[in-house]
Amino acid sequence: MAEEVKVFGRWTSPFCCRVEIALRLKGVPYEYIEEDLSNKSPLLLEYNPVHKKVPVLVHGGKPIAESLVVLEYIEETWRRNPILPEDPHRRAMARFWTKFIDEKCMPIMWKSLWSEGEMQLKLMEETKENLSILERELNSKKFFGGNSIGLVDIAASFLSCWTEVLQEVAGISLFGEAKHPILFKWANEFMSSDAVKVCLPPKDELLSHFRAMKEGMSATKAGQN
Amino acid sequence: MAAAAEKGVVLLDFWVSPFGQRCRIALAEKGVEYEYKEENLSDKSPLLLKMNPVHKKIPVLIHHGKPICESLIIVQYIEEVWSHNPLLPSNPYERAKARFWADFVDKKVAECGTRLWKLKGEAQEEAKKDMIEILKLLEGELGDKKYFGGEKTFGFVDVALAPFTAWFYTYETCGKFSIENECPKLAAWAKRCKERKTVSESLHDPHKVYEYVGKLKKKYGVE
Repeated sequence: MAEEVKVFGRWTSPFCCRVEIALRLKGVPYEYIEEDLSNKSPLLLEYNPVHKKVPVLVHGGKPIAESLVVLEYIEETWRRNPILPEDPHRRAMARFWTKFIDEKCMPIMWKSLWSEGEMQLKLMEETKENLSILERELNSKKFFGGNSIGLVDIAASFLSCWTEVLQEVAGISLFGEAKHPILFKWANEFMSSDAVKVCLPPKDELLSHFRAMKEGMSATKAGQN
Repeated sequence: MAAAAEKGVVLLDFWVSPFGQRCRIALAEKGVEYEYKEENLSDKSPLLLKMNPVHKKIPVLIHHGKPICESLIIVQYIEEVWSHNPLLPSNPYERAKARFWADFVDKKVAECGTRLWKLKGEAQEEAKKDMIEILKLLEGELGDKKYFGGEKTFGFVDVALAPFTAWFYTYETCGKFSIENECPKLAAWAKRCKERKTVSESLHDPHKVYEYVGKLKKKYGVE
């Protein structure tokens, strides 16, 4: 008998979205529980006492935290529509690019969107270079995983609606058809696939959320001056 | 040497790197012969730059001419190619737990350790508090087990953390605290690791590590 699957998440988080995409791809039914990160539930704190973060996957009452750890667990537990190749070297490369996304692409892009002046320019340049590196890896493939969505594609899901929304809020341009045409084409292909589109947050709501966040930050700065 | 070249396993590394040592330990645990190549990090070889163009860092494992980068990714590759003496359990949930804690070591120990030796005053004090908290969390996960992998298994998390035991002396001296006092079970685990041949042959004397850090401090102008 199938054991219950729950996902503790936050609708604005691309890390949580990764988990949902993987479950959808594999046809695994799950219950989604929205967490208020300013008021974390006792259950979340019990399931992830070390980091106290989302996403957390709970399978048959057993919790797993950290999105990439969760993705590997999902891959090993539900074998349909594999997201990792069988060949060990290709698996290692998929893990390498996933780590590159997590440790370089995402944090530097995030910082560039919220910084100012010289620092912002420097971070923007670094972001564009990181995206070019990613684009060279994609090359002429439909997805990073080849003909079907794989681990790297799922890790790169922040390049879908999040990047679009955050650029608009920050008023800067980092990623688009002109600058990274291959990656841009990939993003559209990715966003329109069945398993992905149901997991993405509504763009207008995401825009309002991050606009409010930016206004909150500006107000704090103004208050400090 | 000839055998290693034929089997095609080469490790680009730097003597004191705990990340490189993870790979050395994993290869030793699996009994894999390989060629070790010491890199001069202030004058990186064309081979390193070709094999790791994105990060230009060690360690890099080269197997049949193909590079694998990032230490825990290398260890997982070694695990998958040479599947005897497994470092990871077979149960997916237990594997996820092992990956979680190896990831925890990756995210926390080195960064905090660097703050501990590089900084002074309040910032150093904070790094010390953080390090004790990190080690206590790891000790909690270890519990009364012989190794993180279990009673008989020197596993993935053990491989991830063992190289940092050579840095304990440096952390203790810089932070003025005793790991044995704060985390006796973890200190006992560190002693057991040292008794394991695969670890003792991969690590350097803690006093040599401390000497190396002393040189780094001079280089960065830290008193």
